[in-house]
Amino acid sequence: MELSLVLFLPAAAGVVALLLPAAQEQLARWVALAGSGAAFVLSLVLFFRFDNAAEGYQFTERHTWVSVGDFNLQYYIGVDGLSMPLVLLTTFLTVASVLVSFNITMRPRLYFASLLVLATSVIGVFVALDFLLFFLMWELELFPMFLLIAIWGSGRKEYAATKFVLYTIFGSALMLVSILVLAFDQGTFDIELLTQAEFQDTIIPLNLVFLLLMAGFAIKLPVVPFHTWLPDAHTNAPTAVSVMLAGVLLKMGGYGMIRMGVGILPEQAANWDIWIAGLGAFSVLYGAFITLRQTDVKRLVAYSSVSHMGLVLLGVAALGDTGLTGATYQMVAHGLITGLLFVLIGLMYDRTHTREISQLGGLARQMPLLATGLVFAGFGSLGLPAMAGFIAEITVFIGAFERFEWLTLLAILGVVLSAGYVLWMLQRVVFGPVRHEWDELTDQRAWWEHTTVAALAAVIVLFGVFPSILMDMINPAMEAVAARVVL
Amino acid sequence: MRDYTLFIPEYWAAAAACLIIAIEIARPSLPRPTLAYLTAIAAVIYGGFSLFYIPNDPESFMGLIQVDDFTTFFRVLGAGTVAITAMLSATHMRHRASVLGEYYGLLLVALIGLTFMAAARELLTAYIALEILSFSFYILVGYARRDVFSAEASLKYILLGGFASAVLLYGVSLVYGVSGTTFYDGIAAGLADQGGDMDLAMIAGLMLIIAGVGFKVSAAPFHMWAPDAYQGAPLPITAFLSTASKAAGFALILRLFSASFVEEGESWRWAVAGVAVLTMIVGNLVAIQQTDLKRLVAYSSIGQVGYMLVVIAAIGYGGPEIGEQASSALLLHMVGYVISTLALFTALTAYYDRTGRDSSIRGIRGMAESQPYLALIVTASLFSFAGLPFFAGFATKLFMFQASAEPELLWVIGVAIVASFISLYYYLMVIREMYLFDPEGGLQRFRVQPIMWAMATLLFVGILFVGIYPGPVFELADAAVEPLFQVGADAGS
Repeated sequence: MELSLVLFLPAAAGVVALLLPAAQEQLARWVALAGSGAAFVLSLVLFFRFDNAAEGYQFTERHTWVSVGDFNLQYYIGVDGLSMPLVLLTTFLTVASVLVSFNITMRPRLYFASLLVLATSVIGVFVALDFLLFFLMWELELFPMFLLIAIWGSGRKEYAATKFVLYTIFGSALMLVSILVLAFDQGTFDIELLTQAEFQDTIIPLNLVFLLLMAGFAIKLPVVPFHTWLPDAHTNAPTAVSVMLAGVLLKMGGYGMIRMGVGILPEQAANWDIWIAGLGAFSVLYGAFITLRQTDVKRLVAYSSVSHMGLVLLGVAALGDTGLTGATYQMVAHGLITGLLFVLIGLMYDRTHTREISQLGGLARQMPLLATGLVFAGFGSLGLPAMAGFIAEITVFIGAFERFEWLTLLAILGVVLSAGYVLWMLQRVVFGPVRHEWDELTDQRAWWEHTTVAALAAVIVLFGVFPSILMDMINPAMEAVAARVVL
Repeated sequence: MRDYTLFIPEYWAAAAACLIIAIEIARPSLPRPTLAYLTAIAAVIYGGFSLFYIPNDPESFMGLIQVDDFTTFFRVLGAGTVAITAMLSATHMRHRASVLGEYYGLLLVALIGLTFMAAARELLTAYIALEILSFSFYILVGYARRDVFSAEASLKYILLGGFASAVLLYGVSLVYGVSGTTFYDGIAAGLADQGGDMDLAMIAGLMLIIAGVGFKVSAAPFHMWAPDAYQGAPLPITAFLSTASKAAGFALILRLFSASFVEEGESWRWAVAGVAVLTMIVGNLVAIQQTDLKRLVAYSSIGQVGYMLVVIAAIGYGGPEIGEQASSALLLHMVGYVISTLALFTALTAYYDRTGRDSSIRGIRGMAESQPYLALIVTASLFSFAGLPFFAGFATKLFMFQASAEPELLWVIGVAIVASFISLYYYLMVIREMYLFDPEGGLQRFRVQPIMWAMATLLFVGILFVGIYPGPVFELADAAVEPLFQVGADAGS
């Protein structure tokens, strides 16, 4: 019941926001804040009530949804150590996204409704324990995302929105095929049963099923060479959508890889591990090199996400509990840090109306608070100790080094590069000669700006200093996944 | 045994058709939408009647006609379609033709044809029923006499339709020549006697029948008439054409194949599978290039026919064992498709009637701004066609493909899934026009007529209901196909 509330509260608030009369459309943001805030508080309660020692899924709910012939579709949800942190991350970032959208004046009802439906669909992906429900939630995210980028975006927004949708749909087509193959073989869509299942003779070889499934998730994560939708979507999306996109939508890919890819088909994962690891290391390096060359701040952060998500892939490929835990931790850490980066860049863009690095400079003088935040988030992004990103990266490297020494070393090189692009970006945007055209601009000022930035920064430090809060939750679940892998 | 009470709904429909023509002659001053409302009421009464006459007795009328749950299913589906088509015509046809009594009368006559196509268990009866439906359509398509395109569409449709009928009849005569009977059961018994080896002439006859019926449901390569007819016909008739003629065609196919040919799958299934693949590919690929919305819908409906033919092919591969579940999935999909199509055309008719735009895709540019609710309904129905989750198309397609997942057919299902995703592209192009651009020629806000609004809402709820909770409709469909395979099994054993 509680979990269903977490799942549907945002969407319910979205419907309420949509139904507001036109005269009261500015109330939509408060409705959205109330709905997302309630979901966040509730998921926090669940987070603390979560029993790290217990095996299997918790807070489960199961209802038969559609039952026709020998065909059973269930509404079956629950969380384990993998999904609980991601659910919390989603509700948290939803509140943050609502807050940074407080100055939206263009069609606010539809805007907040889309944002909240998006939140519900992402939470749904993380809590669904029925493969078809998972797929439904995965697809549900498309339409709000399309609207959010296409209506409230900037630049080539329609192009970016269409590209995003087409890429995702292509991935889901591949995914749907493998879902159906697996489900028809076992006669169930239940993820729990599928995880324990011994597949006999599936209609297409399991190795191919695994690759199709992973391709679907790799597009979402994204992995080079399926990443080109990401910079376009990020650059042209409004701030809150960038936060959601980088913060949680990419994690759907990583989550799917661990839960479905490795979880359901561990043997096939072991067959392909070196390829996955290679692709991961390549993504880290390639992403980092491309990031160095970016001239648009948002695009820069977008490409750095490609690089950071490569680490997730590397951790997954290690197939041990350390690597998988690291990958999950990296997803949470990246969600928070990149979320904060996008918030700050968005706030800066609201003021300067440019994202070109060459036009910015010396902002530390005119906007000291924003600049401090940006430096902080930048440090987080390059993996400074005492911040969440450091713990995540080090865990991934420890997990991956046992199995792929050279690839891990290459990936570590990518981290060195990340220090390069982050510091160089900070130097050009925050420091350097003061530009007088920005003299009139105000610093971070509104309450909602302060709240968002401070909350995100606090959590980043919290998870950097006390990693055990999350580690103790994630690790047992990952041990269970890793135990089924035979190398 | 002849139980004439079985056709009380049809007597009523025929009487109502004559009555409506008479009313217009007797009271020419009557407000023109009145006839539309009367027709809709007559159709609803027809649907109500049909619920009471379901004897499920295969012996009545010597096996020519069977009124059972299957027939009732199509009676009700057809009645609903006619009622909504009539309502759509109320404003749309007001200024497009001077005499409308025949128009509404023909809608009811077409309904009779549809019912008999579903009820017939003998080839000639089925043929006559099909011609009743076709002739009604030939006239209805060309009814907007002041419109050149309408006349052209009608002429093309008549010429090609006549040809297809001839092909169908030739097929029937070949089948009769080999088996000595035109009764479905008799054909099945004859085939069983031959011990599985199908005569070449029988196969040829069957192929010609497939071609003839394939024309009626606009399966490729017999689809050429559809885009022109759809484009030229008045909007409500386009809606009627793309729902009723396909429902009737598949009713006939299901009845015929389940009773006669289901045991002899190996001699025809490859042809149906081939037609299905071709239809899906042609429909969905050619749709991409369309600039006219009605033509786009025509090609998209051709694609939908392709998906449905996959089920027929699957029955050929799986035999009666999977037949029942596959056919009920097909009926479920048919319901979802009919509801989505009607929702689409309700929204479009409401929009075009008031804006006076032509049916080009650019004509709905900026619709989300001027008519957000109608745009939402168009979007929902297009998403349903594309098979996106939470809309009817997803659940129904999923059941269809799951039921048809015979090992030899997997590649066909693969094509179907790929085709679905291709289709999403051109649906998104339409949605893009509505949501991302400003309306051409300024913003035209207007109030949608309450009755149109109510109908659109009803259909919209229907799309979501079938998409989210298809259980009840599936059970109805399941009950409807039950008599089909019973009869087939009895005759085969």
